[in-house]
Amino acid sequence: MAEQQSPLEQFEIKKIFDLELAGFDISFTNSSLWMSIAVIACTIFVLGGMSKASIVPGRWQSMVEMAYEFIAKMLNEAVGPEARKFFPFVFTLFMFILFVNISGMIPGSFTATSHIAVTFALAAFVFIGITIFGFMRNGLGYLKLFMPSGIPMAMAPFLILIEVISYLTRPISLSVRLFANMTAGHIMLKVIASFAVMLGPVWFFPVLFNVALTGLEFLVAVLQAYVFSMLSCIYLNDTYHVDH
Amino acid sequence: MPQIDISTFGYQIFWLFVTFAVLYFFMAKRGLPKVAEVLEEREERITSDLDQAAKLREEGVELEAAYEKTLADAKASASQSIKEVRETMKSSLEDRRAKADADIAKRISAAEDAVAKAKADAMVELESIAVEACQAIVGKVAGVEVDAAAAKKAVKAQLTAQSGKDA
Repeated sequence: MAEQQSPLEQFEIKKIFDLELAGFDISFTNSSLWMSIAVIACTIFVLGGMSKASIVPGRWQSMVEMAYEFIAKMLNEAVGPEARKFFPFVFTLFMFILFVNISGMIPGSFTATSHIAVTFALAAFVFIGITIFGFMRNGLGYLKLFMPSGIPMAMAPFLILIEVISYLTRPISLSVRLFANMTAGHIMLKVIASFAVMLGPVWFFPVLFNVALTGLEFLVAVLQAYVFSMLSCIYLNDTYHVDH
Repeated sequence: MPQIDISTFGYQIFWLFVTFAVLYFFMAKRGLPKVAEVLEEREERITSDLDQAAKLREEGVELEAAYEKTLADAKASASQSIKEVRETMKSSLEDRRAKADADIAKRISAAEDAVAKAKADAMVELESIAVEACQAIVGKVAGVEVDAAAAKKAVKAQLTAQSGKDA
């Protein structure tokens, strides 16, 4: 630890092997590895829990059912029963972010969601998908979203401008929130850990602090997965209820 | 900051979509339908169990009513039998009492007859004793020999008068 590592070193993307597809660089990296591990773990969690599915669930099956009912309830409350067809996507979104975040807490692992490229791609995918679905479902009526009902005409241009900007910044806020939380948390853990080396005899203060902080980071990992999927649900709600 | 190294964006995003698509496939096609199936099955099971419980309860109520009816019937028939037996016993007792009464009356009348006969016998004997006594007394007192026929006549007259006075 003495060799003064940068706290940012943990975010370094390292190629494991080079790959190329139609001229594009699609090398398999530590980011790809940990996303794959998260996906495999999540698949094992869900399919393994349901492999011996019974009417009276065991512990493992209960956890899977809890995750299912948690997301189903969230989607139902934010949008309504008509959004059932998006349930597999919202569930996958939540579980993917959750498992990537949690697997990033393993010492020496890599947190794919600490990269803006990943979080922004996810957020943009959600944003573009919802926008396309909104226009498909409501036609041009989807634009009413930018015109709150019952406001004076004089205020309209100003409000429409605000609404459009807030709509367009959705993917940015969504992705930056997740990326910033994950990055900041991991940097903080690293910095406090390096204090333990520097402080010498009173090393245990930063270590104790780091233990508490690790607990907090687990909470943040779950919370951010929830926030990301919850906000996606709220954005999806606009496509079903254009008149607010 | 490694996060702003644009050269890595391409393969990061590529692998994000690959892994996300794989997870979506497994969740949407395998995991979630299975969970939904189990939850639905459980719901159905609970509903049917509750229905069955209600049905069994109804049956129980019916059985209880039938049991109570049987019990009441048995009680009624038991009290009926007791009444019958009591009546039979009562009538046979009365029969026996009547028989016994008749028997006793017969015996009493027989005894009374015997007493009357004994009295008549005693009277006859008394008469003869009185005749003899009369003869003896008259002989001793008056020194007159009284024949039996005259003495008998006098005694009878006296006895008749006596019994007439008694009666």
